[in-house]
Amino acid sequence: MSILVNKDTKVIVQGMGSAGRFHAAQMVEYGTQVVGAVRPGKGGQEVEGLAVFDSVSEAQEATQADTSVVYVPAAGCMDAVLEADAAGMALCVVITEGIPAADMVKTFQALKRRGSSMRIIGPNCPGIITPGECKIGIMPGYIHKPGRVGVVSRSGTLTYEAVWQLTERGIGQSTCLGIGGDPLIGTTHVDALRLFNDDPGTDAIIMIGEIGGTAEEEAADFISGHVNKPVAAFIAGQTAPPGKRMGHAGAIISGGSGKAADKIAALEKAGAAVARSPADIAATLVEVAGL
Amino acid sequence: MKIHEYQAKAILKEYGVRTLQSVVVDDPASAAKAYDELQELGDGLCVVKAQIHAGGRGKGGGVKLVRSAEEAAAAAAAILASPLVTPQTGPEGQPVKKLLVEAGSSIANELYVGLALDRSVGVPVLMASSEGGVEIEEVAAKTPEKILRESVDPTMGLQPYQARRLAKGIGLAPELWNQATLFFHALCRAYLEQDCSLAEINPLVVTEDGQLIALDAKMNFDGSGLYRHPGVAELRDLDEEDPTEVEAANAGLSYVNLDGNIGCLVNGAGLAMATMDLIKLHGGEPANFLDVGGGATKDQVAAAFRIILKDPAVKGILVNIFGGILRCTTLADGIVAAAKEIDLSVPLVVRLEGTEVEEGRKTLEESGVAIITATDMTDAANKIVEAAGASS
Repeated sequence: MSILVNKDTKVIVQGMGSAGRFHAAQMVEYGTQVVGAVRPGKGGQEVEGLAVFDSVSEAQEATQADTSVVYVPAAGCMDAVLEADAAGMALCVVITEGIPAADMVKTFQALKRRGSSMRIIGPNCPGIITPGECKIGIMPGYIHKPGRVGVVSRSGTLTYEAVWQLTERGIGQSTCLGIGGDPLIGTTHVDALRLFNDDPGTDAIIMIGEIGGTAEEEAADFISGHVNKPVAAFIAGQTAPPGKRMGHAGAIISGGSGKAADKIAALEKAGAAVARSPADIAATLVEVAGL
Repeated sequence: MKIHEYQAKAILKEYGVRTLQSVVVDDPASAAKAYDELQELGDGLCVVKAQIHAGGRGKGGGVKLVRSAEEAAAAAAAILASPLVTPQTGPEGQPVKKLLVEAGSSIANELYVGLALDRSVGVPVLMASSEGGVEIEEVAAKTPEKILRESVDPTMGLQPYQARRLAKGIGLAPELWNQATLFFHALCRAYLEQDCSLAEINPLVVTEDGQLIALDAKMNFDGSGLYRHPGVAELRDLDEEDPTEVEAANAGLSYVNLDGNIGCLVNGAGLAMATMDLIKLHGGEPANFLDVGGGATKDQVAAAFRIILKDPAVKGILVNIFGGILRCTTLADGIVAAAKEIDLSVPLVVRLEGTEVEEGRKTLEESGVAIITATDMTDAANKIVEAAGASS
């Protein structure tokens, strides 16, 4: 079992530039059901062995795809996401980084007005993987191992780190997702925790957060009220100075909010075990979950 | 991206926000001349204000009231003489290159209005408060009920009823509501159309003759949106930025200078922050945050080493890479090439994991470069803290 994606997920790729092409091939190699790609004006051609369509809706009609992954440049992402929704995609994974915040504000507002039920993961994220079944995004597939631990994180390489620590100990994962480092994202820690908590295939959860915003505090609230599975957490940026942007747009501490210490305290109060060192993320889970 | 007060006022003025007459100068003689031009408008009163990005200028002595051309020149000379230290600049202060000489104004009331993205609602929120002229964070901490909020629909813009609700809420007399509506609306338009991340008027003053005026103005812009605002992008002031951080950005690296002595070279922002935490946890102090990104090339790795070594405090470097798309072999080649090219003078600890890790480690071992290899992150942290301690 898993959340959001599995062996039956049919994926189309929006954006077949060099990154899109490379990762489309990687996804196919992993075994993901990639059923087509969208390149306006190039319909009927083939790229990386994939059928090319002029639009997402044409791709959907021909392939019954339910999920799209977006690699288009930042300036085109609002269009790409709204097109995916119009074509009836259930899930849209936006890998692209550097999308103007105003575009995401408008995109989410427009989807709300439409009454859209499409879930967005990202933007600015590594994607989502259900090991052994379906990889959507840019993560290295081989570090994962099928199993029963759910992993959710704002960051990319730090997620790989946690996953690798699990896999090295022989502990597999149900699903791993990176939700993205931008201020506005489609799927939050709380959303992912809810899905993992409801997933009979997930026994324990790793949540990796970072400084900035209040997403981890909201996650802590949700954990204390709703999550009945063991949770291990790590918060990156415990030593970051206030007011500085640390790569991710979200990772700015301003005023009294967004500090690592507050997030750690909130999570511990909610019953999560918080690793102090990034080297101990899996070990912390093993301890709290009795794995 | 931040801009100066005078630049923000110029933009806001185009949207219809009322500001005072002012002149930008960069020397005492021009400040005196500006005073002569403006003094009539302010009844003999002008204000000389340091133009730096950091806030708290008044507290640092960067804002001076003057009542003659001589005073204006003296104030300008005093502010320009040395770096301005404010609660937001750090102890070394920020050199002042430009001054804004502004006509004085009668002030009946000081208010606050600002706009920023509310992540929890997913739209910009317009905040207004009767408590102007003080840090809004202070108001939020002490009397949060004095900050009123209205969510702004990004496609519809601010509606007049929302503006009236705020105007009434912060205690403006009904005869000022129309003016306030126009003012708030203009601020929202500027924010939305220019891809701002913050637009703030503090204080917004009501003059004794009932005019609403932006006495100060702050605008920050979303870096990701700058490509569609070339005019705004030109307002960037590199003097306000750390030159090494600028150089890093030009090389496609994300770098932030810190106070410690252990340089870090990491891929991914989250792992880079976690690496800083790791160093500190093991008794060391990180000298920087550095993210080489997911697709770093040999040249970028070399640039990263050069940038880290510019900081004379650096006594050792920790490379922490989890190779995903960035293969460990690519990185190892980059490290070896860079180490040979730039003559590494400090201990180098490398921890590699991920794609093609065995080949990458082999490349490092066979390179002849003095590299301390680490088996995992904890081992890496212990080794770099020890090595940096020994070489300092």
